[in-house]
Amino acid sequence: MSRNYLPHWLHWLGSPPNFYRFAGAVRPWLLAAALVTAVIGLYGGLVLAPPDRYQGDAYRIIFIHVPSAWMSLFIYATMAVAGLIALVWRIKLAEVVAMECAPIGAAFALITLLTGSLWGRPMWGTWWTWDARLTSELVLFFIYLGVIGLYNAFEDRRRGARAASLLALVGVVDLPIVHYSVVWWNTLHQGSTIVLTGKHSLFGASPEIALSMLWPLLVMALATHLYFFASILGRTRVGLLSLESGKQWVRNLVAEPDA
Amino acid sequence: MDSTAPGWDNTGLHAMIPPTATAAPLLSAHRLAFLRNDEPVFGPLDFSLGPGETVLVEGDNGSGKTTLLRVLAGTLPTASGDVRFDGRPASRDSRNGRVLWLGHRSGMNAALSPRENLAFLAGLYGVRAGMTAARAMARVGIDAWLDEPLGTLSAGQKKRVGLARLLLLPGAIWLLDEPYANLDRHGIELVNQLIAEHCATGGAALVTSHGAVQFADRAARRIHLDN
Amino acid sequence: MAGTAPLTAHAVPAAREVARPANAFAACRALLRRDFTLAWRRRGELFLPLLYAVIVAALFPFALGPDPQLLGRIAGGVLLVIVVLAMLPALESMFRTDLDDGTLEQWLLAPQPLALLALTRVIAHWLTTVLPLIVVMPLLGALLDLRVDVLPVLMLALLLATPLLVLLGAVLSALAAGARRSGILLALMLLPLAVPVVIFAAGAIAAAQSGMPYLAPLTWLAAALVLAIVLAPLACAAALRIAVES
Repeated sequence: MSRNYLPHWLHWLGSPPNFYRFAGAVRPWLLAAALVTAVIGLYGGLVLAPPDRYQGDAYRIIFIHVPSAWMSLFIYATMAVAGLIALVWRIKLAEVVAMECAPIGAAFALITLLTGSLWGRPMWGTWWTWDARLTSELVLFFIYLGVIGLYNAFEDRRRGARAASLLALVGVVDLPIVHYSVVWWNTLHQGSTIVLTGKHSLFGASPEIALSMLWPLLVMALATHLYFFASILGRTRVGLLSLESGKQWVRNLVAEPDA
Repeated sequence: MDSTAPGWDNTGLHAMIPPTATAAPLLSAHRLAFLRNDEPVFGPLDFSLGPGETVLVEGDNGSGKTTLLRVLAGTLPTASGDVRFDGRPASRDSRNGRVLWLGHRSGMNAALSPRENLAFLAGLYGVRAGMTAARAMARVGIDAWLDEPLGTLSAGQKKRVGLARLLLLPGAIWLLDEPYANLDRHGIELVNQLIAEHCATGGAALVTSHGAVQFADRAARRIHLDN
Repeated sequence: MAGTAPLTAHAVPAAREVARPANAFAACRALLRRDFTLAWRRRGELFLPLLYAVIVAALFPFALGPDPQLLGRIAGGVLLVIVVLAMLPALESMFRTDLDDGTLEQWLLAPQPLALLALTRVIAHWLTTVLPLIVVMPLLGALLDLRVDVLPVLMLALLLATPLLVLLGAVLSALAAGARRSGILLALMLLPLAVPVVIFAAGAIAAAQSGMPYLAPLTWLAAALVLAIVLAPLACAAALRIAVES
């Protein structure tokens, strides 16, 4: 009955067969667009952009690292919103979306950690440092793992999705606290860490970042978003199919796959 | 009745209300249905339970008897339709304390004695007038086991402790899921007596059973659930 | 024993007549009494976390060498981590038996706020399983050459940090109660929540060790504890509802 408050198209999309068809139609286009923008962004970042005055070519990993870091947070937000909808309105689609977000987000968090580590080797001379950003990202990665682990620990997948959605919401409260406490902790142990100027200036969008470096970064951010949308649509399709196996619309689909 | 009063002290409403009172029924359901994975489990159902009434829920295994009781108890969400307690829409406020639940699981800790378990539940629910744990246990015929750990009791004895809980705690609506399971002939008779007495004093009961032979009240209304 | 003579009608009180109506205070007291009784029945199990903490603390000198200065420097942080790890097994089973034997159904149907019952359970859990750990801290501190003037700060930090961890752990334990048994899952879920708690508790201890003011991190812990006392029981109640709705 609460669904009446949702816009009509959202209600339409909330029905698994409708979503399945919609996602199937949109996904290839998103994937193609993601591929094209990624090629443009990488060409701009790896070929066109000039080497950095201090870091040389090593900085170019930011064209992967920074969009991944952004995505790991964006996907968490998406997962939390879908989880909230799943908990409040008990919409099956929202449960599936929230749970399918988690592995993608975890993958982006892992990419962020690995590329950060690769970048850290030439910059700081070490694979890992307890920098505030990296530590927060590591904690984010663990929250993702917790959500995935809790979801998979349930026999009943819908109940698991609801429990894991609640955990994701707890994480929303936790993440800022973790970030600020880690920053505080870092300043407390200042001696053992290296302050990263190059990376910080990128995040702060300071004027010294050249336009030739900025646009490939933004294009890559667009590409990762497009990839995420394509990926979540595809994963949700599969998730819905296995949840709804035995339903008439799935049977019809198996009978005539082209319909 | 002042529905906004804290708690639900109904001492003003006495047991002597005849079942035909015009007041809202203790429990009513309108177009109540439940879906599991979008497949209807039961319903839509319409029924009501007034003071003094017993309703038997019949159906084969898997027909949704337990599910229906759990939806009424609020431990499963309602898929569609409307449940009311005393005419008020079902909510924690209108339901909790009105309903006593007896299910497959004892609801009591195996390491504690019936006395300790009942004392804890009495703390949560309050106590009926003139009742103590010992009296309730005596009524169901197992007061000798009052201080034995629950885990050492047989399945039938545990069921009887569950019945003692029904006697001890206030709550006009009994939701009894397979109350006859694990009970011998005398135990079945006891359940029927307790239900009859409960209804005679203004209570109501919703009872599930897959074999209705044990159920004494031939005149009781029945809800039949199909697969 | 099956002789169940029918009683006369007046022997059974009216279904709607209540001698003692339920009230929240009585409910909390009954729950505390029940949990203490259970803890007393299983008092042997209460020693296991203590034993674990002593064993781990005793292993450190063997691993790092008996240099009192090195041990004294790391003792505060080590003891903090030991306490967190020793708390984990008990946290995992905080609601599991109650879910399995149907007690949680009775909680949900009781005319009591579920969050209040959850908070009471947290208090009982902390008193029975965590407080003994804090009580033996002076002993463990002596094993690891913890400076005597740091000990009170360590105790104070633990008194603030452990209730916070039990509150957070209660939410996670309720979430995991309906899942298949998996101890490592709770540790995985608790880690992100425990990071700020450990940082501030360890921050206070480190500050005390280096003779700096340690009140600020303790105040942060206290603020977080107050916030958690309000929010965690609500989240825990929501998680318990999900656990019961199988």
